[in-house]
Amino acid sequence: MNPFRRRARTPAAALDARVFDPLCLTMAVVLAVHAPHLPAWLTAVLAALLGLCWWRRRRRRRVVPGWLKLPLLVALGAAVVASYGTLFGREPGSALAVGLLVLKLLECETPRDARVGVSFACFGLMAALLFGQGLVATVVVALGLLPALATLRALEPAHAWAGLPRELLPGATLLGVSLPLAALAFLLVPRLDTPLWGAPNDAQATTGLSDSMSPGSFTDLLTDDHPALRVSFDGAPPPPEQRYFRAYVMWRYDGRSWRHAPYARDDGAPVPLVGRDPLRYRVDMEPTGQRALPALDAPIQVPAGTRLSRDLEVVRERPVRDPLSYGMQSVLRYQLEASLSDAVRRRALQLPPGFNPRALALGQDWRRRYGADDAAIVQAALALFRDGGFRYSLAAPPLGRDAMDDFLFGTREGFCEHYASAFTVLMRAAGVPARVVTGYQGGFWNRMGEYLLVRRSDAHAWSEVWLAGRGWVRVDPTAAVRPERVSLGAAAAAGDQLGWSHAGWLQGLRDRWDIVNRWWNQGVIGFDALRQRGLLAPFGVRDADARTLGLLLAVASAACAGLGLAWALWRRGPRDPVLAAWRRLESRLARRGLARRRGEGPQHYLRRAARALPAQRQELEELMRCYLELRYAHHEPPPELARRFRRAARDFHPRRVVK
Amino acid sequence: MRQALRRLQQAAERRLPALTRYRRPEPLPIELHRRRIYIVPTGFGLGFGVLLLVMLLGGLNYANNAALLLTCVLGAAAAASMLATFRALHGLRLGAIQAGQAMAGDPLAVTLAFESAHPREALRVSLDRDPAAAAFAVPAGRAEVTLRIATQRRGWQALPRLRVWSTWPLGLFRAWSWLHPQQQVLVWPRPEVSGPAPAAPDGTRQRPRLHHGDDLATLRDYRGGDPLRHVAWKASARHHGLLVKDFEQPQVLQEWRLDWRELPGLDPEARIARLARWLGEARARGLRWSLWLPGDPIGTGSGQAHYARCMSALALLP
Repeated sequence: MNPFRRRARTPAAALDARVFDPLCLTMAVVLAVHAPHLPAWLTAVLAALLGLCWWRRRRRRRVVPGWLKLPLLVALGAAVVASYGTLFGREPGSALAVGLLVLKLLECETPRDARVGVSFACFGLMAALLFGQGLVATVVVALGLLPALATLRALEPAHAWAGLPRELLPGATLLGVSLPLAALAFLLVPRLDTPLWGAPNDAQATTGLSDSMSPGSFTDLLTDDHPALRVSFDGAPPPPEQRYFRAYVMWRYDGRSWRHAPYARDDGAPVPLVGRDPLRYRVDMEPTGQRALPALDAPIQVPAGTRLSRDLEVVRERPVRDPLSYGMQSVLRYQLEASLSDAVRRRALQLPPGFNPRALALGQDWRRRYGADDAAIVQAALALFRDGGFRYSLAAPPLGRDAMDDFLFGTREGFCEHYASAFTVLMRAAGVPARVVTGYQGGFWNRMGEYLLVRRSDAHAWSEVWLAGRGWVRVDPTAAVRPERVSLGAAAAAGDQLGWSHAGWLQGLRDRWDIVNRWWNQGVIGFDALRQRGLLAPFGVRDADARTLGLLLAVASAACAGLGLAWALWRRGPRDPVLAAWRRLESRLARRGLARRRGEGPQHYLRRAARALPAQRQELEELMRCYLELRYAHHEPPPELARRFRRAARDFHPRRVVK
Repeated sequence: MRQALRRLQQAAERRLPALTRYRRPEPLPIELHRRRIYIVPTGFGLGFGVLLLVMLLGGLNYANNAALLLTCVLGAAAAASMLATFRALHGLRLGAIQAGQAMAGDPLAVTLAFESAHPREALRVSLDRDPAAAAFAVPAGRAEVTLRIATQRRGWQALPRLRVWSTWPLGLFRAWSWLHPQQQVLVWPRPEVSGPAPAAPDGTRQRPRLHHGDDLATLRDYRGGDPLRHVAWKASARHHGLLVKDFEQPQVLQEWRLDWRELPGLDPEARIARLARWLGEARARGLRWSLWLPGDPIGTGSGQAHYARCMSALALLP
């Protein structure tokens, strides 16, 4: 074997710019769609390398020496290991794949290299979707297929190159044509109930609410306009002031932050909740990476795979990593935990020793003043917030060690977290059992789509106090300061602090866009094994198993193949309209037994026809004259003559021959 | 291995006449229709299929529907490209074949004229068992492509089987069809490399000696294109029109009579080779010549057409 055989390829097989340009573009798209999760410096280096490869090829300097490639490869591996600590896993794997793809450009010398590059670029595009499968990301990735297809087309010989932008169009046509088959395959490819190998690792950063809260921690969240929930109700939606979606209940306060006790109170006892008139609704939830499912206050029936804690938190077995859709029932008027055990009461009164002395003193003062009337103490606290010169602001000043003292008696400026936290501390100081609840409040009613859109910026914190005879009662101290927060929503409460992005004219666009996103989440991303099994329910198949689906997929593919073959075999008739008209005329005459004989010209044929059909002799002779003139009298026959002939041929119907 | 494959193929062709139906020579025009177009995935197509499977598994395993959708779109596009590949050949017509001229041993240029109702790109045609392929595109209408066929001996040579194939548009599938036009091409004999000059023909009619081109021969009327310095100004002054001095051009004075019978003692192929060489020399020198061949005496003439006629006659000698 000659080791140099591969090098001795014909120079004609070398790639030229029309292959290399779309190939570089493909790689650039792959790099771009992976850029959000690659280290910035790696993206920059790879982009520079890509640009260098392209420029080198422009300058016709062909082969990159081997001694350069190997160190680059080693450097790439070292960089990935240095950055992530490993070569395996989703992020390091994709970084390595993108890096290898760009390095592949260095040695793209033959059509085979280019084809291998395009294949792996397709894989790289798909891998980008593992990091986020939103509508925009998917469309961008799908557009990345266009330069890949253009590269493959450019590799074919004797292909008239129309310039890069125009070369992208046929690929778009091909993808568009194949969409019906793709949609059928997408619907019918049997989904897996359980993954074949390890599910993706959960390094994904959690977004949205977290299970702890300290005053000021929501600031990022309150300016984040990403959707968190979309809720559609059976029947009328609850009024705005009832739209509290609870996620976490927090008991422990350490002087700085409130913490969620990880479901310690669950002893399997039934939830002591009494309520009437359950409200059914369906929630489409964006992934959070957490186990809590927000539920309208107060949930009484929870979806499968979740359980309801005694604090009315809905907890899922696995974290929510993909968009999730679930149905629930809640009651708006309820009584929770009519009696409180001593252990629970102790936890509900816990305060860290040595913090917030002034707040403690104020609470104890209220207790002395109002005696055993817990409700009066609650009213006193709300009155303090309402009338004590407190302001609602997203840009709250920082607080010191005795955070609640600083807030209550110093800055008096903050948002829901500050108020809920201060209120709960005051209640506990006064001896009223209290706890903090976080979740979402409000939301925007999308009239077009008839659902409630809850954004991350609708995150809210409020308090619950336990009152004898009424159980846990929701108290929202923020509403005392800023009633609009509850009745109109977070955007109204923030006033002009959110800037132009909330302008009215944008709202309509945003509504429509959100409907599209919701449709995408529900229809595409949320289409799982369960929904696939119910796919055929309208057609009488109760539980479509993999066998049925496979059979249907085969039938659908065969139908698509039949349509495609019909297209491929379809041959256009003559382009010449005069000829087409003449053929029609011929076939009409042939049906009356006047088929044109072999070797019979139009003149003889129509004369014979006129003899056979004496009643229509004039018409036939006129047709013949017209046709002969069209065919033989002019170099370029006048269009009106052609029109006249076509009209006459169309209107000519041979009458039955009388014998 | 290759030998074994070929034997297998031959055995299959003997057993299954359907396989060979379109391998027999057939008259022009030949139109490619669905019964004679074959299509299989290329190596790249198979690799791409494996890649699609891997992507499908990945999408299913991670329950990532967007990735799954992308894979489905790509797979459907690959399947659709198969139809496009088929359509690249379907309906293509080989309308005419024009053979060039070549001596035995030289490649002979054969021009194939393809016709098509719609434009096609990236078609390739190659000879059976010859890896070199000529790529061509056919606009709506007609396109010509030239192939070079190896020749060995003079005389009629049947065209080998032609393979028209295409991997358009994505290179995932290769569609091909066999063309075996019932057409023969004429291969001229190869002249000998060196040998004696033709014997001086007896009785050569010596024409009046022709002068070199500066001796005045006569005066004639001016014709368009005559150089002005040839105008006889003085003589013209006494006439109505311009008169031009006509000079004798140096002319072919020699005429070769090439005769098959005058080459006794040589075997026929050697005679043909020698005559072919003389024909070539005569044409190169611009001489006039005649050629006598058994059963086909050819009169005097000169130039390329005469040369071609004589060479063809030589090629056709038994």
